[in-house]
Formats: sequence, structure tokens, C-alpha cells
Amino acid sequence: MGKLRPLAPMLAAVALTVGAAACGGGGTDTAADAGSGAPAEKIKLTVGLFSDFHFAPLYEEFKKTHPNVEIVERRAQFNDHHTNLVTQLATGAGAADVVAVESGYVATFTPLPDKFHNLKDYGLDKRQGEYLDWKWQQGVSNDGSALLGLGTDVGGLAMCYRPDLFKKAGLPTDRDEVSKLWPTWEQYIETGKKFAAAKVGGAAFTDGSGEHFRAMVEQAPVGYYDDQYNVVAATNPDVRKAFDLSVQMIDAGLSAKLAAFSPPWNTGIAKGSFATMVCPAWKTGTIKDQNPGEGTWDIAAVPGGGGNQGGTHLMLPKQGKHPKEAAALIDLLTSKESQIRLFKEASALPSLPALYDDPAVAEYVNPYFGNAPIGKIFTDAAKSLKPQKVGPKVGDIFKAFGDALQRVEQGKQKPDESWAQALKDIEKIK
Amino acid sequence: MATRAPDRPAAAPPGRPVRAGHGPRRALYRQWVHRLDTKGSPYAYVAPFFLLFSAFGLFPLVYTAWVSLHEWTLLEDEHTFVGLENFSTLLADDYFWNATFNTLSIGVLSTVPQLVLAIWLAHLLNRPLRAQTLFRVTLLLPNVTSVVAVVVIFSQLFGRDFGLINWVLSLVGVDPIAWNEGTASSHAAISVMIMWRWTGYNALIFLAAMQAVPRELYEAATLDGAGELTQLRRITIPMIKPTIVFVVITSTIGAMQVLAEPLLFGTYSVSGGPDRQYQTLALFIYENFTKLDFGYASAISWMMFLFIALAAGVNYLLTRRTKGGLT
Repeated sequence: MGKLRPLAPMLAAVALTVGAAACGGGGTDTAADAGSGAPAEKIKLTVGLFSDFHFAPLYEEFKKTHPNVEIVERRAQFNDHHTNLVTQLATGAGAADVVAVESGYVATFTPLPDKFHNLKDYGLDKRQGEYLDWKWQQGVSNDGSALLGLGTDVGGLAMCYRPDLFKKAGLPTDRDEVSKLWPTWEQYIETGKKFAAAKVGGAAFTDGSGEHFRAMVEQAPVGYYDDQYNVVAATNPDVRKAFDLSVQMIDAGLSAKLAAFSPPWNTGIAKGSFATMVCPAWKTGTIKDQNPGEGTWDIAAVPGGGGNQGGTHLMLPKQGKHPKEAAALIDLLTSKESQIRLFKEASALPSLPALYDDPAVAEYVNPYFGNAPIGKIFTDAAKSLKPQKVGPKVGDIFKAFGDALQRVEQGKQKPDESWAQALKDIEKIK
Repeated sequence: MATRAPDRPAAAPPGRPVRAGHGPRRALYRQWVHRLDTKGSPYAYVAPFFLLFSAFGLFPLVYTAWVSLHEWTLLEDEHTFVGLENFSTLLADDYFWNATFNTLSIGVLSTVPQLVLAIWLAHLLNRPLRAQTLFRVTLLLPNVTSVVAVVVIFSQLFGRDFGLINWVLSLVGVDPIAWNEGTASSHAAISVMIMWRWTGYNALIFLAAMQAVPRELYEAATLDGAGELTQLRRITIPMIKPTIVFVVITSTIGAMQVLAEPLLFGTYSVSGGPDRQYQTLALFIYENFTKLDFGYASAISWMMFLFIALAAGVNYLLTRRTKGGLT
């Protein structure tokens, strides 16, 4: 299947001798259990990820308490990773012992508790108190019977903007003042109209409308699914409202009509084709990759009050032969110490609110974004998120609406026709 | 190991006297081995291909047909038999006909100019030139480039805001075109990518055929006062007709299966643009496979197989009617 398989020697090469002393977190408890038995046999744990999570030093730490465990990490491209996992679960073979599942996909797997080890059996439900409640709930099976995954990071939501373009349009450039411009999405659109009226050459107010639509729906108490996991996208007034607001943005000429993550969108980040975009914590990395220059982009609060996009859970497919060791491993990988370390090394925003007051997070500023206090901005957003029930096909449903908005943007359909076609597409999703 | 029996089956091998009493039976046995050798061994030689084909070609084909008759989603263990329901849904599905139209449109837009261009290129190269090999290798270069690289580069060229093509157009006063938005413009962009990769390859095949055309024909035609174009039309093309048939059929089959170009042009959007304006049949199959709706995806695969068989048949008949050779 053409996967990248970095081998164990590579991990061993990362000989880590620093700061391993006080690993007082959950990791050691289970480690003690594992160590109390007879001299353990040699076992191998595979960890399936969709990008570099910077776990390598943590594996070394794990091996100190579990010398008999060899850890092999394998990675695949984001979409392929999740589709492969579905295939592996269905055919009953080939899944890694520990798999990463991103929040857009986690609801695909929570209806299937019999395909995964129940983490409660390994004592991990004791971690519940540490977690953001909504993040914890995402890892619980739909029937509530089993705990399937422990969260790693979350993707708190903000709004990225370009001070240079704001200045040209006569808008404030300071991030606190910018945040005050748009407590609500309606005010965000009003600000956009002012920006458009100033006719800043070559730049639209924002990149597209799909990501805004997504953020608005995710901020509502109910999204595409109700509490019983029925699809209510067609009847939920909040979905329609988000759609209408997005259409307003298009009608007011605020959109640069660029699909997120497409090559021209990437170019637009550097060249200034648009002045704002919806920004989950990890998107700061995407911006940096396009090399727009230090201080070109800055970060303000997202309209509508908080939100989250992305973030990952670690789960143990039932096929795994060593659930006890694997459970101990994910306990360590998600521990307080590990999460603070991953925040520093990989900008992964912790999912444990106790860490949000830790100076390492709370006082962290990012020089690339004009010394924006991103630790505070993103954790504020993650804390104020109102959790929402998410169903298995949420990705397909969002795509149907995203396409619908693009059809309006490209002038191919009137908003009502486009909305009707999106609902028809959603009915067909099995 | 000797695989060929001696020419005279009854003759005993030297140095190994036939024991009395066993003579006739042994001779019969040898005769049988010989028969098996001459009649059977050719099949043994071709068997590896057919065994592999059965495992990786025939079996999937038949199994796909079986799957297409079921309601078959990957995550469910029950696969209910639904007969031809998937096919009737398919025939009533607008998105299927949209994909069929796009496939035909991109197919015609890419294949026809490509073949004309390939014949023209081959004709230009079919004469004494300096550095012939260099030209021929250059022709093949776009074909050995990874399709991903080709599409990524061309997507940049066809960019709306910062694309090279729109920049050139702006020099002559044409407004920027959003290539990926319109149906016609996106088909044109994708066709250009396909042509870029395959024109040189086909030109080389034509060139090989052209070199087999006897020189005397051209000399005689020149003496009779036929111009270059007339020679191309009256001699070259009729003489390489079998090759043209071959190339037309392979290009048509290739055009029916276009997947990577539209998929990557749409930045990995399996629907081929928000309005499905460039979703081909192969991409439509892929979309349904990624939705893990295997029954429906298999039904589309079989419809595509029928289309390809049909297209190949029509091609064959059309090119058959206009017989090869000089008129």
C-alpha cells in the first residue's frame, strides 16, 4: 500500500537523555502493572499516524519502563490513512496497534465499539477529569458503553488577518482592536464591506466561504446531526443561517473564490490575495510554510465566540494483540508532560485545560505572527467551545455544502438551487 | 533437461539398449510423451501470462460483476443481492451521465488534436536530420515524466491569479480566465495535460511505421510532381493505416480511463470541481469507492467496461471500412 515505514533504528538514534527523570503522570502506574509479571516476552507495537507527531522522544521514554517493547511508527497520507483504517477494520487485518484518528473522522469509528479495545478495561477512564469535556466525549462510543480513544491535541479556532492590507483599507491593525470589530459573523461581514469599499488592489477580504460556513455550523449547539445521530442538516435553522451568511459574503464580493489548500490559495497567502481567513491553531504552520514573511499575518479572535477544527485521538483497533502495553503507551503519549512537550516542539495545542494556565502555554507568543499570544488565543477558543454531536458522515456532508457555496461563488447556480442540490447530495450519502 | 523428443520416436537412445519384453510399451510411452510435447508445451509456455491474467485481470473482472449485483458497503458484513438495481439507479443518475459527457468531451478534445499533431511531428522527423536520436528522445521525455508532476506544473500554468497562461493572455488584452471553473475551460486545460504527455509517444510509433514505407513510392511521387502535403495524404497515411488504427484504439481506451489529471487538477477533489464540471467516469468510480459503496462503484466500472468495448468496436469498424493500402 505504499506506506512510509520509518524503522526502529531511526527511533533508537534519537537517544534522549534529557528531562526524563520525573514522569510522574499516568504513564508509570500502568507501567508498574506491566512490569510486575514474569520477565516479559519481546513484543512489537506499531503506531499508525498521518504525519509527524514528534512522538519519537516519547517512545524512548516509554521503553525505559517497558524495555521489552519495540515501537515501530508508520505513516500515510491523511485521507489514505483513514480510508485504509476503515478497510483494515472491515477485513480484520493490517491495522496498527495504535492508530491516530483525526476529529473529522472520529465519528466514523465511534459507532463501532466492537472494532476497538475498550480503554476502560485498561483503567484509562480515570483520565476523564483532566480533559476538556467535549474532547473526551468525542472518544466515547455512540452508545456510551466504551471509551475508544484518548485525545492528543485540539485545534482552537481564530481568525488570521493581514495588518498591511487592513492598514491600506483604513481598518485598525492591532489584534485586540481587530477582534473587537467582529464579535459576531454579521459584524465580520460589515467589516468586509468596508474593506471592499476601500478597493485595495488585488486583494479580497477573505479566501473563500466554505471554511467560514464550517466554523459557523460548528459553533451552533446542533450541527448536521441531532442527539440520536439523525441527519438534520436540511431542517436545522442554524445550518441554513450559516449558509445564508456565507452567501451574503459572496454577494458582497468579499470572497477571493479560492478553495482552501489549493495551489492558488497557497500562493495567495504569500502574495496577499486575501486579507483574512479562518485559522485553527495548526493553520499557523500552513501559513508559515508559504513563507509570507515575518509579521505579514497576525491573529485575532474568531467571530461567534470560540470553536475548534481538527485535533486527534489515539485508538486501539481490536486486532492488536497487546492492548495492555498499547494502552500504557497512549496513556503516556497523552499525559500532561507529553502534551506540554508536544506544544513546545510541534505547536500541538493541549487538550488538558489544566495546562492552559501553565506559563509555557499561556505566555507563549509566536514571533512569526507579530508576537501574537497564540497560546492564549487558541486555548480561549478551545475552552469556550460548546460541544456538538458529530455523526459518521460529517465530512461528506460538509463537502456537499462547501461545493454548493463554490457553485454560488462561481456563478453557476442561484443560492436556492445550490442549497437544494446540496440537500439532494446529502440524502444520497449512505 | 531435454525437452524435445528425438525426431524418430521409435528409435532407442544410443547406449541404452531396450530391454526385451518392455519394447512395445516403452515405445508407446515415448510416443505419448512426444505427442504431449509437441501439442502441449506451447500452452505451457504461454500459461504464465494467462495464469497471472486470470488472477489479476479475469478474476477481478468477474468478481466486480458479482459485487455490482449487491448492496455492498465495506463496513457491513451483510451483502444483500439486489439484482440489477445498482444499474437502474446508475442509468437514472445525473452525475453518471455528467461524468460520461465529460469523459467523451475530454476524450475528443485530447485525442483528435493529439493524433493529428503526432502524425505531423512524425512526418517532420521522417527525413534525414542531424541529431536524430536527440529529437526522438526529446519526444518521449514528457511521457516518462510523472503524471503528478505534469499536472502540478500545468495547474500552476492554468492558475487564475498568477498563472503563466493568463499572464500571456493579459498581454493581448484578454481578461483572466478561471480555468478550473468553467466546463469548457477546464476540459481544455485537462486535454492539454493529456496531449503534453502522449503526443510524443504516439509520434514515435507513427515514425516507426513511416520508416517501413518504401522510399521508392515517395521518389516516384516526387517525379510525378506531388507536393509534400499530397505525399503525406496519399502515401504516408494510407500506408500506416494499421498503425493509426492501433493508436486510435489505445488512445481511446486511455481517454476513457483518465483519472489522475482531473483528480489532481481539482486538488484531490473526488467530485471533479464543485459542479462536477470535470469529473470523468474513472473519477466517478473512485468517488464511490472512497465512499466505500462498492456495489455501486462496481456497477459503474462495468458500465465503463461496456463503453470501452463499444468505443473500441466502433473504432475498429470505422477504420476497417476505409481499407488500408494505396488507392
